[in-house]
Amino acid sequence: MTTSVSIPWWRKRRTRDLAIQALLIAAVAIVVALMWMNAAETLRRQHIASGFGFLNDTAGFDIIQTLVPYDESSTYGRVLLVGILNTLVVAAVGIVLATIIGFLVGIGQLSSNWLIARLARAYVEVLRNLPLLLQIFFWYFAVLRALPGPRDSWGLGETVFLNNRGLYLPAPVTESGFGWVALALAAGIAGAIWWTIRARRLRERTGQVVSVARMSAAMIVLPALIVSALASFPLTFSLPALAGFNFEGGFVVLPEMMALVVALATYTASYIAEIVRAGIEGVAKGQTEAANALGLSRGQTLRLVIIPQALRQIIPPLTSQYLNLTKNSSLAVAIAYPDLVSVFAGTTLSQTGQAIEIIAITMAVYLTISLLTSAFMNWYNAHIALTER
Amino acid sequence: MRSGLARFAAFAAILCFAAGAADAASPTLAKVKKNGYLRCGVNEGLPGFATPDAKGNWTGLDVDFCRALAAAIFNDPKKVRFTPTSAKVRFTVLQAGEVDVLSRNTTWTMGRDVQIGLEFVGVMYYDGQGFMVPKKLNVTSAKQLSGASVCTNTGTTTELNLADYFRANKMKYKVIAFEKNAEVLAAYDAGRCDAYTTDASGLSAERLKLKNPNDHIILPEIISKEPLGPAVNQGDQQWGDLVRWTMYAMINAEELGVTSKNVDKMLKSPSPEVRRLLGVEGSFGESLGLTKDWVVRIVKTVGNYGEVFDRNVGKGSPLKIPRGMNALWKKGGLQYAPPVR
Repeated sequence: MTTSVSIPWWRKRRTRDLAIQALLIAAVAIVVALMWMNAAETLRRQHIASGFGFLNDTAGFDIIQTLVPYDESSTYGRVLLVGILNTLVVAAVGIVLATIIGFLVGIGQLSSNWLIARLARAYVEVLRNLPLLLQIFFWYFAVLRALPGPRDSWGLGETVFLNNRGLYLPAPVTESGFGWVALALAAGIAGAIWWTIRARRLRERTGQVVSVARMSAAMIVLPALIVSALASFPLTFSLPALAGFNFEGGFVVLPEMMALVVALATYTASYIAEIVRAGIEGVAKGQTEAANALGLSRGQTLRLVIIPQALRQIIPPLTSQYLNLTKNSSLAVAIAYPDLVSVFAGTTLSQTGQAIEIIAITMAVYLTISLLTSAFMNWYNAHIALTER
Repeated sequence: MRSGLARFAAFAAILCFAAGAADAASPTLAKVKKNGYLRCGVNEGLPGFATPDAKGNWTGLDVDFCRALAAAIFNDPKKVRFTPTSAKVRFTVLQAGEVDVLSRNTTWTMGRDVQIGLEFVGVMYYDGQGFMVPKKLNVTSAKQLSGASVCTNTGTTTELNLADYFRANKMKYKVIAFEKNAEVLAAYDAGRCDAYTTDASGLSAERLKLKNPNDHIILPEIISKEPLGPAVNQGDQQWGDLVRWTMYAMINAEELGVTSKNVDKMLKSPSPEVRRLLGVEGSFGESLGLTKDWVVRIVKTVGNYGEVFDRNVGKGSPLKIPRGMNALWKKGGLQYAPPVR
């Protein structure tokens, strides 16, 4: 009597569990369907347009920063793309900066230097205890007030200008023959990677340390330089120049972007600093002592012993901070940075009035960005996880 | 995030509210009477149209229109709850039934009328979009603004008019669009942009908030038609009628010379037009679901259109905007109300 012949199928635990789950799913589906039908009916009764056809309509308004070609005759679908890219660029730059500042401050908190440790502590306590929106306004209006108007810009030669309309940099303009230079550059980078891997294998096998930095730099720079000389330097720069009210030409970093990135990065860095501090303090003291006993310097101890172990505790909470930063970038609308919420869930929403569709799309976009970020960070976490040998 | 939350609330509200169809009387009016107050969506702060003072008392042209509605319904202009709405969320707030009427210097456009499901009841203020620039730029015409950075609000017709105007005149520009008026003005004041664009009445109002209003001029070009008026949701025509005729009653009162001061005397006027307006003859008030003397209550407590205009934006206010297009049709303006008969 090992098999439970006597228990009928409807009383089996597995059947019952499946049934409960099926009921739950059905209930959720019914609620969603009812909400959907109710919304559709209400919209129809109030004569509010619905559906996603509006994405092909002409937008008719301009956007100050677009990473893809866009003008007033573009569609709302294009506005969505412009908004997503503007959000992504702020999030990406913000995450890199926040990580750098966060690690520096986090390590600084553990410094044996009294002043550095206190300054780092003060940084964390001040920045994480002030509302982010306030900090964004502070940076924006502090930056605007401090900078001169376009006609009295601060200039660095005739190439770089800073004024309250933005930071104007020379923009690279490629000419024919640039493809070969790019190819040489790519080949150089590939070579440098190959060299680095080879040097590491050599070190692991024989313990011999080969200089990587100089050789890699040479491999990347020299071929590209030679090819561009042969092609008579096919890269020129378009310089910004004052024309009427504003500068024309060149590449501009808007003050809205600067303020937003600085605010997001410094604010998030205060949390990252705490995560880094906790991660480092979580590494057993014996590890440091063992490293000292082996004669490693302080820098080497940190780089080779402490940080690799601390990372395992740092990465999961760090992921949350990256997600927070990305989501917080939606505060951009307060200072006119044209992010997804500003141009799509803002202007497009009020021009078309299709709140449900637009908010649903916007939420889906943020969800996708967040899930992709998490997936990448989880992969990285698994990659650096302790491999037992 | 506040606006995000408001939108979500509105979204949830649209999902949840499926008010039953009522045929006879206006369901909105019934709800307003049951609540005991009118819920009115207004601007967050635009002197002359809607601003709260230090004690939270609202004043302005748009505010007075809601007070007139409350006077007609409750005989008490104070029975109004004002909801400040940003340009971005105003329609959603109305659609979701958070307010009964949107009286928020909102431009009547075809898209808003037929696609967003609003019903505009009339034009409270004929406006047009203009530009304000600092005097030190030595700009005297909007045609000289090629290449300029222009600050404005998101989610308004302004953004579209701006694009149209610069495109039509083959001029380049950069638009910096903020969510709230306060930030637009602060950015303009800090020199982020060369010009500030919004409706001309709004420019006059915002200019007064600057440190030295005289350092800034409003350019002569008016680049668009901005008929500003109150809006209600589609689907309750009786409510739309009540709101529409409240506005017409105020305009008709001015035309017939009925003011807050002489309204009691006017009850004895022999003029049949005045007698019908004030409910001495006919039963127009009752047809709206109110009482006969609804106009008497509006004019006595709030005033006629001219009085309200002068007090809030005209010669009796700091804005000192001339009547212009907003004068009565008999005086060369556009304000013209259908007759009460």
